[in-house]
Amino acid sequence: MITHPTAPELIDSVIKFIEERAAPNLKDRDAFLARVAVNALGAVKRELEQGPAAEARAVERLRALLGRDGDFATLNAALCDGLADGGIDGSDPAVLAHLKASIIDQVRIDQPQYAGLKTLAP
Amino acid sequence: MQANDLQAALTAIAPQLGGTAITGLRRLSGGASQETWAFSLDTGRPLILRRKPPGTGSVTGLATPLATEAALIRAAAKQGAPVPEVLAICDPGSDVGEAYVMAAVEGETLGKRIARDDNFAAIRPKLAFQCGEALAKIHAIPLDESLPPLNRSSALDELAKYEAVYRTLDARRPIFEAAFKWLKDKAPPLERPVMLHGDFRNGNLMFSPRTGLAAVLDWELVHIGDPAEDMGWICTASWRFGGAKPVGGFGDYADLLAGYEAAGGAPIALERVLYWQMLGSLKWGCMCLGMYASFANGTDPSVERAMIGRRTSETEIDLMALLERAQ
Repeated sequence: MITHPTAPELIDSVIKFIEERAAPNLKDRDAFLARVAVNALGAVKRELEQGPAAEARAVERLRALLGRDGDFATLNAALCDGLADGGIDGSDPAVLAHLKASIIDQVRIDQPQYAGLKTLAP
Repeated sequence: MQANDLQAALTAIAPQLGGTAITGLRRLSGGASQETWAFSLDTGRPLILRRKPPGTGSVTGLATPLATEAALIRAAAKQGAPVPEVLAICDPGSDVGEAYVMAAVEGETLGKRIARDDNFAAIRPKLAFQCGEALAKIHAIPLDESLPPLNRSSALDELAKYEAVYRTLDARRPIFEAAFKWLKDKAPPLERPVMLHGDFRNGNLMFSPRTGLAAVLDWELVHIGDPAEDMGWICTASWRFGGAKPVGGFGDYADLLAGYEAAGGAPIALERVLYWQMLGSLKWGCMCLGMYASFANGTDPSVERAMIGRRTSETEIDLMALLERAQ
């Protein structure tokens, strides 16, 4: 909604500040934490950009899978309960397809360079 | 405790370590669940302090006292496993806190460098074999009364332990649910219990670019269990750091198993290693959530603890690949 700057632009500016101005003055554990902070901001930026569409796709799949309506948290909890009590079969291809699509979307946000992402989504 | 207080407390025990003063005390990066500090004696000998963070419980409530960890390092040394010399054990009530001091070993622990850097290229083909040898020696530690009491844990026990952690954290992760179910259905019995390191993976293994495995560190999760548990853990995908090969990103299953047998370990089936590798991904996922919880409840407000929660999804994508393969 808000532009000039957008939220991702603000995040980029903070990443640049940490990397170019702050981090060179830090050492040992603080230098390590600065790198972690940059990674955290990267994940936030990707979540802002990709998260809403990923969640909408997950809700759509969950509605079809469970045959009911609800928001993501409700439907995801119902899936978890079903998998835990055996009411939903974890080897069902439709269940596996949903789990796979969801985790690919999530790792693209959390850690797009993770090797396991390339294994599952070449 | 401030670094100044720790400096004074370590100076007070310097004679026990073989010196009269200490210099260059600094906290090392990494190490989410235990503090690691480096310092030197006035003799010049470099030492490492491993200490429980003051005022905190363990991450998962499952950790071993540091005195037990130190006793096991000494027991592993007797079997010829590569471990650092333990010089002093400090009680929880001491000025240093619950800790032990050991000799610093030179080498690299960063998985990314070991799995991918050029200076490890020559030694890399030997590392998985050496890991197998070291595990056989650790697993040969006699389970007798000279050691502190340790947990004994089968695959089902491990699953119950980490499922309990997961259930208390109020996270809803459907891949974890499917993985718990699959692993419980296929759980192997504990036929031949041995002493396990319990955390044998990149990050806890010190490698030299010239000679390979130099020291097995971080004995916090030591327990008695299935020998394939330690092998599956070093093969767990989260410890590959971009390396292409399954054993720590640097080696092949066959070399790990061959090194194990060459050093006197009883043969282990690859299938059993793969089972524990999958359990390893699930376990690390629960541990990531547990470490995030210590951020969420304010115990450790660092960005490191917050971000480790976002590593849970890497274990889920690895579990997903294993679940898919198992169909």
